[in-house]
Amino acid sequence: MNIHLLLQMASEAMGYREAVVCGNMRLTFEELGEAAKSVAAKLKTGEKLGYLAEGHPAFPAALFGAALAGTPFVSLNYRLSDEQLAAQIARITPAQFITDTSTKAEGLTLMSPEASIIGPAFDGEAPNEDGAIAVELFTSGTTGEPKSAVLRHSNLMAYIFGTVEFMSAEEDEAALLTVPPYHIAGIAAVLSSTYAGRRMVQLPSFTPEAWINLARKENVTNAFLVPTMLQRIVDYAGDKLDLPHMRNIAYGGGKMPRQTIEAAMALLPHVNFTNAYGLTETSATICMLSPDDHREAFTSDDPAIKRRLGSAGIPIPTIELQIRSEEGAICAAEETGLVWVRGDQVSGEYKGLGSQLDDEGWFLTKDRGFVDSGGYLFIDGRADDVIVRGGENISPGEIEDVLRSHTAIKDVAAVAVADTEWGETVGIAIVCKSEVSDAELCDLVRANLRSSRVPSVIKRMDELPYNETGKLLRRVIRDGFA
Amino acid sequence: MGVVFKPGVKLSSTVCKTQIMVLRVPAVELDISCGGAPMQIGDPAELGDMSGENSGTMVGKRYTDADETMEFLCTRGGDGTLAIAGYVIDIKAAKKLPSSD
Repeated sequence: MNIHLLLQMASEAMGYREAVVCGNMRLTFEELGEAAKSVAAKLKTGEKLGYLAEGHPAFPAALFGAALAGTPFVSLNYRLSDEQLAAQIARITPAQFITDTSTKAEGLTLMSPEASIIGPAFDGEAPNEDGAIAVELFTSGTTGEPKSAVLRHSNLMAYIFGTVEFMSAEEDEAALLTVPPYHIAGIAAVLSSTYAGRRMVQLPSFTPEAWINLARKENVTNAFLVPTMLQRIVDYAGDKLDLPHMRNIAYGGGKMPRQTIEAAMALLPHVNFTNAYGLTETSATICMLSPDDHREAFTSDDPAIKRRLGSAGIPIPTIELQIRSEEGAICAAEETGLVWVRGDQVSGEYKGLGSQLDDEGWFLTKDRGFVDSGGYLFIDGRADDVIVRGGENISPGEIEDVLRSHTAIKDVAAVAVADTEWGETVGIAIVCKSEVSDAELCDLVRANLRSSRVPSVIKRMDELPYNETGKLLRRVIRDGFA
Repeated sequence: MGVVFKPGVKLSSTVCKTQIMVLRVPAVELDISCGGAPMQIGDPAELGDMSGENSGTMVGKRYTDADETMEFLCTRGGDGTLAIAGYVIDIKAAKKLPSSD
């Protein structure tokens, strides 16, 4: 199995269709097929292909090109600090990187997105190697050291075969791609759109205005958004949003505030909304709340149905899902526990850590949640403590490390605080040894990390709660902010 | 003459353009034919004459036997009819899901 097959089929059966649009660049599926061959031809044996850039036609070409050359595609977050990036790159080399930055490291060759997709074509068939790795994506780990999730060709192909019909897109369909290439939703969008034959319209830098304008200009019919993006679009639109061609909007990557989805549905009554719940480790979507479910919940007076607008939906046909207690017992409906899933698309594997699947193939998502009597999944929050701010995963550890470096700080914990705009933001609980202002602490975080890590709330405490074995009780702190 | 196949293997028809990929098969010897002629790994240099059924194959469709013990993806459509040990295999009905990305 090799994901390159998706592009090969698309370029053979509908090569004339437009595949990808970015600014003034437009490639058909046939041309994208050639671009992927040009990327593949540049890779030497044993070299991985890194991608450290915004959305560009080189992204789909590289994803498929690496597969054709039989090497993993590794997409990195260009928003990371230089230090974090250097640490991740060191774990990937030897590699060639497609990037427009001047990153430097040993064993690393760089090429620009523009240069990567031209030149001689790879001559040969995509390898069909058992268990070969297609994609490696770094996740945000609870301890702060990011884990590299491994997605095999067989996982991604199981996802596509389970959710997309070949050439099922109408000729006029176009998907607006705003999720960055280092996010699993960005990878999934390329695979799905290619197999369905849907034009991909790339928007590298999201602003609500740019998104709306591009959707209108390119007659976009489909889009995927993280909740924060949808909220910003709704805020920008005010009481009128004119998107006559839009048919389907899927969302995921974080908790959708009820007010946001209701406002969006009211603004765009002709649009089908789908909530897609999934993880990097599950090759994207494993549960869906369908457009019909949205409309039923939106208009129902029954509290049990109405509530489903906040649900992650039901498992797709190729996925099994169970809620289990901490002790492993299967939970009854409405009983909160840990979310476990099983299916061929579930990798549940990290580099260096191996497979995290249990003996029967079940994977613990580390999300907590419950199902209602109809089987609809409700996610309560993450069992681990990652803060998800606008779809971006933030590890509390890195913020705590920076704050701990301040002489006035005795103890610190960063936790998620519910937020209407971002889903969650960073709240910190501190124990001080001497006087220090909130502004000084915020400046310290801003100077060392990204601005998204800057706390929105700071709470001063006499001591932080720990359990008897010395484990910090983050849940207690989190509840203190609620 | 039967062969044991593994998932991901591509088979070509010798009498039409059809190419299929093995998605799921039992670990037993299989006799896979298209248009009445055995399929082979790799495209033939020249196509032979169609001697068997020619209802055609459609690219992107999945084909399965009556008991759904095996599944193949048609990666290139053609004129022949797919069969396992002489029994015709058909298009598997697809479940339509909303676009999620």
